[in-house]
Formats: sequence, C-alpha cells, structure tokens
Amino acid sequence: MGLLDFFRARPKNTASVATERLRIIVAQERAASGRPDYLPLLRRELLEVIRKYVNIDPDAIEIHVERDGDQEVLELSVALPEKGNAAAAAAAGEV
Amino acid sequence: MHVQASCVFRSRLPIPHFQENPLTEIIVVTSGKGGVGKTTTSASLSVGLAKRGKKVAVIDFDVGLRNLDLIMGCERRVVYDFVNVIQGECTLKQALIKDKRIDTLYVLAASQTRDKDALSKEGVERVLNELTEDGFDYVICDSPAGIEKGASLAMYFADRAVVVVNPEVSSVRDSDRILGLLSSKTRRAELGQGPIEQHLLLTRYNPDRVAGGDMMGITDVKEILGIEVLGVIPESTGVLTASNAGVPVILDENSDAGQAYADAVARLAGEQRPMRFVDAQKKGLFARIFGS
Repeated sequence: MGLLDFFRARPKNTASVATERLRIIVAQERAASGRPDYLPLLRRELLEVIRKYVNIDPDAIEIHVERDGDQEVLELSVALPEKGNAAAAAAAGEV
Repeated sequence: MHVQASCVFRSRLPIPHFQENPLTEIIVVTSGKGGVGKTTTSASLSVGLAKRGKKVAVIDFDVGLRNLDLIMGCERRVVYDFVNVIQGECTLKQALIKDKRIDTLYVLAASQTRDKDALSKEGVERVLNELTEDGFDYVICDSPAGIEKGASLAMYFADRAVVVVNPEVSSVRDSDRILGLLSSKTRRAELGQGPIEQHLLLTRYNPDRVAGGDMMGITDVKEILGIEVLGVIPESTGVLTASNAGVPVILDENSDAGQAYADAVARLAGEQRPMRFVDAQKKGLFARIFGS
C-alpha cells in the first residue's frame, strides 16, 4: 500500500475545497442573519404605496440596513422611471 | 430619477458599564455541533484554572443528558443537581460536589431525569449570583449541543466564550452560527455592555492530515470564523483513556492533549504560549514508502 501511495499522483486537496465552500456559505449566512426580519414585508408594503402614484418596477426598491456603532441606518432607495418611460409604463399599467 | 431616504435609529442609550463583582468571570464552553469536545474541554479548563489556585465551579447545562460528572469522575457522588437548586429543592452548597483532587474545584451536575424546560433564566441567574457572592473566580458553563434553551441559557450570562470547533465543515458552520448568537443573544449584548470575549478552541486536530491537504488548518478555520485561536488540541488517544478513567485529560501530563489544554488555560489566564503539537511529523523516505 505504502509503495503504491508513494507513486500515485497526489490526491485532490480536499481541505482547500472545504475552506472555499465554508467561506461562501458563512458569508451568505452572516449577511442573512444581520438583516432585521421585517425588511421583506416593509419592502412589499412600500412598493404597494408607491405604486399607487408611480408605476415602478418591483426591483426598483432597495433596502439596506447598516450598523455604525450604536446607530442603525436604514437606507431606502427607489428608482423612478424616466419621464418618457413613465408615461409608457402608466399606459401599460392601464391596459 | 432616484429618490433616497435615510432614517437613523438610535437603537439604545449607552448604559454605564458595571459588574457586581468583577472578580467572577463566567465562561461558556459551546459549539453548536455535538461531539466536538465541549465537555472534555469544560472539564480540562476548569481543572486547569483550579490548579492555578483559582476557585472554580463547572456547571453542566445539558439537562436530561448529563455527562460532565462522568468526565470529572464524580458520577457516584451526585445527590442533588442544578435543577434541584433552581427549583429550591436543596441549597447550592448541598448540590456543589467538591473535587477530590483539587480543593478549589466544584462540580454542579445536570439533572438526568428532567428536561431542558426545567431551567429558567431567573433560576440560572440566581445560581450564578450566589456563586459570585461565594467568591468564585471562574464559573465554567458546559453548554449542551444545539441552539435551544439549554444552550442559550448557558451562554446568556457569559463574559467570555470558548467556542470548540473541529476542523471539519459542519462544525465550522455551526460555530459561526453560535458566534452570531453570542454577539446578539446574551445579557452583555442586550445591555449594550460590549461584546463577549470570544475564543476558538480547535480540537481533534491532526497535523499530518493538515499537511497532507485533507484537513483544514488553523489559519483556514481562523480566517473563516474571524476570531482568535485560544488553543489547538491534537487528536489524541489520551482523551479516550482519560474519559474512561474519569480523569480530565489535562491531568495526564504525558499526553499531548493534556499539555495542549494546559497551554490553553495559561492563555486564558493571560499568558503568552507558543502553539505546540501543530506541526506534522517529518517522515523519512523509508517511512513514506513502507509506512502505514
């Protein structure tokens, strides 16, 4: 066995595979757990209110929460459609 | 066009930092995953600190599945347990089991017959306060696996946490989850008293396999989890023989694991020690060809 192992090509480095997989999943899970759980609902309700007045894309609202010392900053960003597109979008909305 | 709005929540007012008795330090030994060596670690850390002349109590929070008594070798002397004290069925003094080897070490066993709901936050706090008043230097809380009530109570009052991790994917992932809970679901976090001091303790470390590329190394685990490493305990036959005999492995001064635990205790007490038993054994050509 020992003799065979010595001449066989080195096996794939599984430790580095493990490290890489963990790096990705841990980063994902940290991002998810830091977010307050009301954000998806807040996002949906805001979207409904804004849509009463402007027809915006469901993906046009971005919400971020950032922590800065003992302050939490809730940042809300809404991309409104361009003037021309707005008319088109409103027209499309009426159909 | 782009509209942006920001609102600032001032989430909490700074609360003045205070402790009733700054001399008692509560340390939780936790991990998330089971079977990584929490109880072995709790036993050895408490023995190590007591051997340095500190007054130490070690509490088993694994209600329903107690095992610390076996590892400490005092299973036949358990009369009253943690749940009895919390429910007022005996005094704390009656339930504390004095170690036969070291004068300043006491064990508080978990109940074997109740379930985890027998623990309450108020009850745990009362016991910890009483230990503080009795002048204990350290209280080691041996957490159960998982993230349920027993585990969350074990960590809630802690000043420091030792997160036991094996260099293996599921253990590392669970440890990260526990680190998240430590920074949010503890008294210190809730009162804004600053984060708990967190340490990693790698156990079942096999330097040869790390060198061969099929086990994650110290730096890998440290970088993924982002906290400092308190100690590295090599995979060792000494751990099983110690638990067979009910003698915490730190008392086996000939075993590499025992010596590595002694180093970890020294670092916990603030000393600087180089990491030992972390390099692979150099194999000669002969051993590599004909070796195991």
